[in-house]
Amino acid sequence: MQAKMQAPRSTVSGRAATRSRVATTKVVCRALNSMESAHVEELKKTAAYISQKGKGILASDESNATTGKRLESVGVENTEDNRRAWRELLYTAPGLGQYISGAIMFEETLYQKARDGRQFVDILQAQGIYPGIKVDTGLQILPGGKGETTTQGLDGLADRVKAYRKQGARFAKWRAVVKIGEAGCPSTTAVLENAHGLARYAQICQEHGLVPIVEPEVTLGPGDYSIEETAFWSERVYSHVMRLLNEYGVVLEGILLKPNMCLPGLDAPVASPKLVAEVTTRTMMRSIPPAVPGIHFLSGGMSEEESTLNLQALNEACPEAPWALTFSYGRALQSSTLKTWAGKQSNWDAAQDILLKLAKANSQASTGSFKGPHPVPGGGRILQALRTGGAGK
Amino acid sequence: MALMMKSSASLKAVSSGRARRAVVVRAGKYDEELIKTAHTVASKGRGILAMDESNATCGKRLDSIGVENTEENRRAYRELLVTAPGLGQYISGAILFEETLYQSTKGGKKFVDVMKENNIVPGIKVDKGLVPLSNTNGESWCMGLDGLDKRCSEYYKAGARFAKWRSVVSIPHGPSIIAARDCAYGLARYAAIAQNAGLVPIVEPEVLLDGEHDIDRCLEVQEAIWAETFKYMADNKVMFEGILLKPAMVTPGADCKNKAGPAKVAEYTLKMLRRRVPPAVPGIMFLSGGQSELESTLNLNAMNQSPNPWHVSFSYARALQNTVLKTWQGKPENVNAAQAALIKRAKANSDAQQGKYDASTDGKEAAQGMYEKGYVY
Repeated sequence: MQAKMQAPRSTVSGRAATRSRVATTKVVCRALNSMESAHVEELKKTAAYISQKGKGILASDESNATTGKRLESVGVENTEDNRRAWRELLYTAPGLGQYISGAIMFEETLYQKARDGRQFVDILQAQGIYPGIKVDTGLQILPGGKGETTTQGLDGLADRVKAYRKQGARFAKWRAVVKIGEAGCPSTTAVLENAHGLARYAQICQEHGLVPIVEPEVTLGPGDYSIEETAFWSERVYSHVMRLLNEYGVVLEGILLKPNMCLPGLDAPVASPKLVAEVTTRTMMRSIPPAVPGIHFLSGGMSEEESTLNLQALNEACPEAPWALTFSYGRALQSSTLKTWAGKQSNWDAAQDILLKLAKANSQASTGSFKGPHPVPGGGRILQALRTGGAGK
Repeated sequence: MALMMKSSASLKAVSSGRARRAVVVRAGKYDEELIKTAHTVASKGRGILAMDESNATCGKRLDSIGVENTEENRRAYRELLVTAPGLGQYISGAILFEETLYQSTKGGKKFVDVMKENNIVPGIKVDKGLVPLSNTNGESWCMGLDGLDKRCSEYYKAGARFAKWRSVVSIPHGPSIIAARDCAYGLARYAAIAQNAGLVPIVEPEVLLDGEHDIDRCLEVQEAIWAETFKYMADNKVMFEGILLKPAMVTPGADCKNKAGPAKVAEYTLKMLRRRVPPAVPGIMFLSGGQSELESTLNLNAMNQSPNPWHVSFSYARALQNTVLKTWQGKPENVNAAQAALIKRAKANSDAQQGKYDASTDGKEAAQGMYEKGYVY
């Protein structure tokens, strides 16, 4: 809430000089909904489209360094053209738009073209897929020695948002990471700092016409902490995120949420989809008001099969959910796709086929209608180390 | 339509293990019961009869029909209300004042027993009233935290299963940040204490009808107040599956030139709720706050034209009792007619809760305004 100081009132004369003046501060909630904003209606429509039943988001916004690690894992050199080719494979998969409503891109990709010269943003729009853009510039370590992080990217964000919108982006993404499972984690500082970043980012995006995906990731990490502990900290984190979104006047009908599912630590036994669904649903019901149109879960290390089965269980547990319970998957859509391609043109169609099968499975799961079998069963967890100091590269 | 969790919300305490600090995940003694009570009160086609007027306020009501404010008269009036035949079909809970919690019918049967037999959950007002808040522009804060835990335990023993605490927020007077904060703080602490004593807390930060402000300003303030309230409740580890809300509807101020019909009130109110209320909360029981009986019903009906993620219903005092009092006039021979009037209003609001209220069944009496400027409760 922004406080507006009123002029102090003068008091009765006589002993007035010794009486302190009462300055009243009004609660002036300058929510975006009460201001004239050109973008509000469009933001709501975009968010509603992306979170429509049966569709989800393809997260393909890996930074150049992270993309490089992926490419190298299948023996492909990390060059701009290889990164371009890999994304072309994803975005030109025929019929992808049946299952995918939005694709998050890295800045480089937003401006790239297919081999035939068409802009990626145009290819996506022709598929009925909104282009999105990662706008944070990476994680930085917070002082305190616990390896906790904050996310950077507020400097110059307004100008970048305007430029991205001009290029065709219609939604944005900012990933905040909160670590649990170690002594002292998460600290209050980390929680507040990450919530603050998300809220300010969301506010700036909405002001300049991009739907912000708000991603507070309580990360799956080492430790034997229980699923209840993840739920406990997730509730705390989401509570702080929501309160700051409220205070900064973010229009909730014009955001999307990208949270973690509640899972136990890596050293604890894997939880069944039913348990994940029960605890995650409860956490969302306690934390997220219905005005938010879509909850797009991140896959965060779950195997491709786990990501689908858990999403299916979530929709079975909560068929009347007031928000869409769907996906924004990176690794869970790309891992096998990449392995199938391995940089070889001869594998292009087969790779796209796998992507479509994975996208379809998750689309079904998001309506509670996935019956199996999974296109890539039995895969292991797909973990990646937390990368800091990226500064947007 | 309230969203039911398919499984229990029982939480286990987590041992600290290794060097990790202990995470106390709620293991509340009454958690299961609180959830069950909240869902019983927030059941389809039913709402709350608020009859917890303090002795002084009850006196005002009796005075308006020429009845003396004695304990016996208060008792007789409350007996009329709780023994209305078939009340439990439309009323799921009734909020009592402390005196009433311990009273009985003429025949010697405890009111709480009458209520339980009729499927009506007894509730109890636990706050100690409003007093001026220092360094503000005439705003108030609500007292009652001292000794609250003991009072709640006693009330639970006497048969109460939910509690109520009413804070107020004034738009013409601010609201200042300190008033908003104290309102939210008091409600959150009360809610945590009540839950730990087995009472479902009704959380009521009433944004008063008084003022010339328009409906947009009301929305702004209500969004701010509810954000603050949920913030403090989360910090105090209140279990949202075991509370009920009692908001004011989002309307223009009483002296605003631009009036709003039921469709607009519904649109704005639902917008506010969708932005601020997590679906874990089972029920939202609106206060009437000076609206006429008819208006309160029409507005509630408009809010229930399509499914909501929580049970959207009523917790009405004046909007259920106005005609009842006038019909009774303190005379025993009028009791049946007065009870019939109560059932009529209760049924109207039951229909409204299901979105099927037919206004043509109501007469002029119901349309009488009950707004009082500067109303002191």
